[in-house]
Amino acid sequence: MGIACEKETMGRYIARRLLWLLVVIFSVSVITFVIAHAVPGGPFSREKKLPPAVLKQLNEKYRLDDPLWKQYVEYMGGIFIPRLTSGEPSTSYLEDYLINIPLGEYTLRWMNFGPSYKSQSRTVNDVFRENLPVSAELGFYAFLVASVIGIPLGIVAALKQNTWVDYIAMGIAIFGVSVPVIVLGPVLIWLFAIRLPIFLPSGWGSWRAEVLPSIALGLGSSAIIARLTRASLLQVIREDYIRTARAKGLMERVVIIRHALRNSLIPVVTVMGPIFAFLVTGTFVTETIFGVPGMGRYFVTSITNRDYPVIMGTILLFAVVIVIANLIVDLLYAWLDPRIRYD
Amino acid sequence: MKALTRPPTSLWVDAWRRLLKNKAAILGLGIIVLVFMVAIFADDSVVAVLAGREPQPLLAPMHFAKQSLENNNAVPSWLTHVFPTLKPVGTEGGYAKINDTYLLGADYNGRDLLSRIIYGTRVSLAVAIVGPLVSLVVGVSVGIAAGYAGGRTDNLIMRFVDIMYGFPDLLFIILLMALFRSTTGAAEAGTLRAVLTGIDNAMGGMFFIFVGIGVTAWMSMSRLTRGQILSLKQKEFIEAARAVGAKDGRIIWRHILPNILGPIVVAQTLNIPQYISTEAFLSFIGLGVQRPTPSWGSMIADGASAIRTYPNQAIFPALALAAIMFAFNFLGDGLRDALDPRLKGTD
Repeated sequence: MGIACEKETMGRYIARRLLWLLVVIFSVSVITFVIAHAVPGGPFSREKKLPPAVLKQLNEKYRLDDPLWKQYVEYMGGIFIPRLTSGEPSTSYLEDYLINIPLGEYTLRWMNFGPSYKSQSRTVNDVFRENLPVSAELGFYAFLVASVIGIPLGIVAALKQNTWVDYIAMGIAIFGVSVPVIVLGPVLIWLFAIRLPIFLPSGWGSWRAEVLPSIALGLGSSAIIARLTRASLLQVIREDYIRTARAKGLMERVVIIRHALRNSLIPVVTVMGPIFAFLVTGTFVTETIFGVPGMGRYFVTSITNRDYPVIMGTILLFAVVIVIANLIVDLLYAWLDPRIRYD
Repeated sequence: MKALTRPPTSLWVDAWRRLLKNKAAILGLGIIVLVFMVAIFADDSVVAVLAGREPQPLLAPMHFAKQSLENNNAVPSWLTHVFPTLKPVGTEGGYAKINDTYLLGADYNGRDLLSRIIYGTRVSLAVAIVGPLVSLVVGVSVGIAAGYAGGRTDNLIMRFVDIMYGFPDLLFIILLMALFRSTTGAAEAGTLRAVLTGIDNAMGGMFFIFVGIGVTAWMSMSRLTRGQILSLKQKEFIEAARAVGAKDGRIIWRHILPNILGPIVVAQTLNIPQYISTEAFLSFIGLGVQRPTPSWGSMIADGASAIRTYPNQAIFPALALAAIMFAFNFLGDGLRDALDPRLKGTD
């Protein structure tokens, strides 16, 4: 009975969190939409004015003269409502869907982020398809850097608490927290791409180009992970069950690896949510500095161009991804540590 | 900061003594004081404003916007030893103009880098002061309102905060700045937009940065304050104060606030580097301060595009930014250890 109860609370917890997810996504999309459209000057107001007739035609084509709520409903409908179509998919760039799943003679199509206003022949989905994989790759490598440096550093610091090893490790951690990507980027480029030409200063696609941006982006998070790992391991080492394990004569190595480490890494999972968000937004700067052809760099230029569909699409996509990542982290935490209550 | 100048109570005196023993924190404090001095005395505007004349550069060798195009990208001779790739004109493959009047070199417009870094302290420190101030005033009031009122008000406020929390901070600030900074469609005179843009222009573009940071910074503070108040509200001494007839205002001001000041001060100090790097980031992507006002972020952006040829233009502002970030992180860590020794060594 106890187990059934627990399952029910877990189920209810997930349901409530999913409902909340919808509320957040709705609010984020409304706020983004309203702000993006409050920017004075439409996407077609340029230094050199377009003839009124052309402007009128463009506004009609993109339905910019419709009331705002109607534009919003249409836009969100295009993204979130899946469609079943039969026959050849349309090549019109107003009907470009990110996800196309063939189901026999029908195709399930989902997520139409609309056309880009700036580059007339491309859709936001084209931009995503081209740039998103690069950003995802960069984010993944940065995450690897953060964990591979952060966790061992934290463990070593905790095991050698208050020795020079600890001080150096925590010194590195403070360095990582203090030095933002815009500082680390130019310094790394100068040191390791110009002074010692080991890596390439910009670009993407070969390991020589990918190492520096991954380190620049990941180092800050590795510091956060290191500090948390250290604090958590220090706390676990003082628990009674560790004393018991030692008392029954287990080797120190076994005590640390089998007993202490496992539990001490659970709280580290909690920072993965914020770190994920940090890495996602961090790609903006990293990509600009290292000339990485990813989403971040494109986003920065689309702001100056007031290309709302790209701004909207990117922010919405990133916000959804971050919110879902946070949800997964919370669930993972609850699953790893059964003491956590769902409320 | 305010907390430390209160009439001495044993907690704060104790904390101050513990802080003095922390070398890293004192080093951080020293750097911050030094940078403050540099920011104030970059030019003599303190005197000039009173005398009603244009400020003259004081610590800075020249004004931040003074251009001399024939000296663009000039480098002093000592830098060619530090950066061996910087080859002076006349040597093989040399391209750099040597001019020793520019201690750290000149930028692509022939403006003195050192002067721009010195004036740039003003932007970073302004953010370091205003960021916590906004987040304190707004965040703490909202947190007190929610935590003290409880019930439905609390629920409503905190749900709103939760929603805003779901919005990735930096994305939200970028969006706001894009709205504020849109250049086309000049605002009509007399509208709110025109007034705000006027204020922003008068402040060299800093006003909107303050707004952008303020809009997102208060949320975590309100959560912290609310949590603290919820746990304090149940304590006996609050009960006692209420029993003797103290009014809500007095209870909040005299009994609750002094007790939550510690965690708030620590959280704020640790947030300052974040505000500074947000400003630098915004200026880096061109949504921050307006040119020619110097910000370390925009200087790094300019320098980064020329890093192959003139590494000094990106490296020096980057070092300045790193130094101030270090200083605030050291001080924040030290304050935390000093105010709550139980937390020492944890995060």
